[in-house]
Amino acid sequence: MKMKLAILVLMTTTSAALAAPQSFDFKDPKGINNAGFKLDAPLESINGSASGIYGTVAFDAANPGATQGKITVATSSLIVPNPMQRQHMLGKEWLDATKFPTIIFESKEFKNVQTAGDTTTADVTGTFTLKGVSKELTVPVKLTYLKDKLGDRVPNQKGDLLVIRSNFSIKRSDFNINPGRFEDKVSDSIEITLSVAGASPK
Amino acid sequence: MKRSFRILAALLVLGAVAFWAAAGANPGWTKTRVPKRVTDEVTGLEGVQWQDKFVPGVDFLGAALLGAGILAGVSYFVPAKSK
Repeated sequence: MKMKLAILVLMTTTSAALAAPQSFDFKDPKGINNAGFKLDAPLESINGSASGIYGTVAFDAANPGATQGKITVATSSLIVPNPMQRQHMLGKEWLDATKFPTIIFESKEFKNVQTAGDTTTADVTGTFTLKGVSKELTVPVKLTYLKDKLGDRVPNQKGDLLVIRSNFSIKRSDFNINPGRFEDKVSDSIEITLSVAGASPK
Repeated sequence: MKRSFRILAALLVLGAVAFWAAAGANPGWTKTRVPKRVTDEVTGLEGVQWQDKFVPGVDFLGAALLGAGILAGVSYFVPAKSK
């Protein structure tokens, strides 16, 4: 009887451990993770990127639809090629990076989840916070689970990788970034591209 | 003296245009950083590495033209020959 109970407990804990979501850390030691952004402007579009990305995502390969996570971008890490544009962008009138040092997306719910092999596509609803304004957004994401690939990327480490890609647009006016102003110089719409990989060491 | 100012103005314009053209004739704003695309072989992600590089743009040309215009303008107020 005791033996049966022990086996039952062992099986329960093992299956629970196997089914538990893995935690992926998105602080990238290789500096590849980036969030790109593009705004139309009369002379040339403003193209920039941010590299100060961190956060964690709980992902279960057996149940990708249950993925939960939070990705944060350091506002001060936003870079555009022109120094004056960057100074304005981070200044009080636009992003006010000193007062609002982070841009955050926190997922709430995955919908339209489709998995083929290691790749899952879904529409993720979550809270996007920019310049202190939080709005609920639904964005398309593509998750690629790379089992046992961490060692190929970071020597002497074993574990898995989770790649997240997403393209979506927001309106700066929705986030109190000069709403209704300078639209002849900088478009209201901002195209955002997220390309990040997280690691789950074993 | 008058002639010197005008020659200087012409040289400034020519030099600025030559520098702008040699640097790739950038039709946009001046850049002090340029993005370099790098691909991570394991994840397939394309990242951006910013490199410090001065690429003159149309604002650079505009500043040079303004400077040349000021020099040319000043030339009208200086004597033709210094005594």
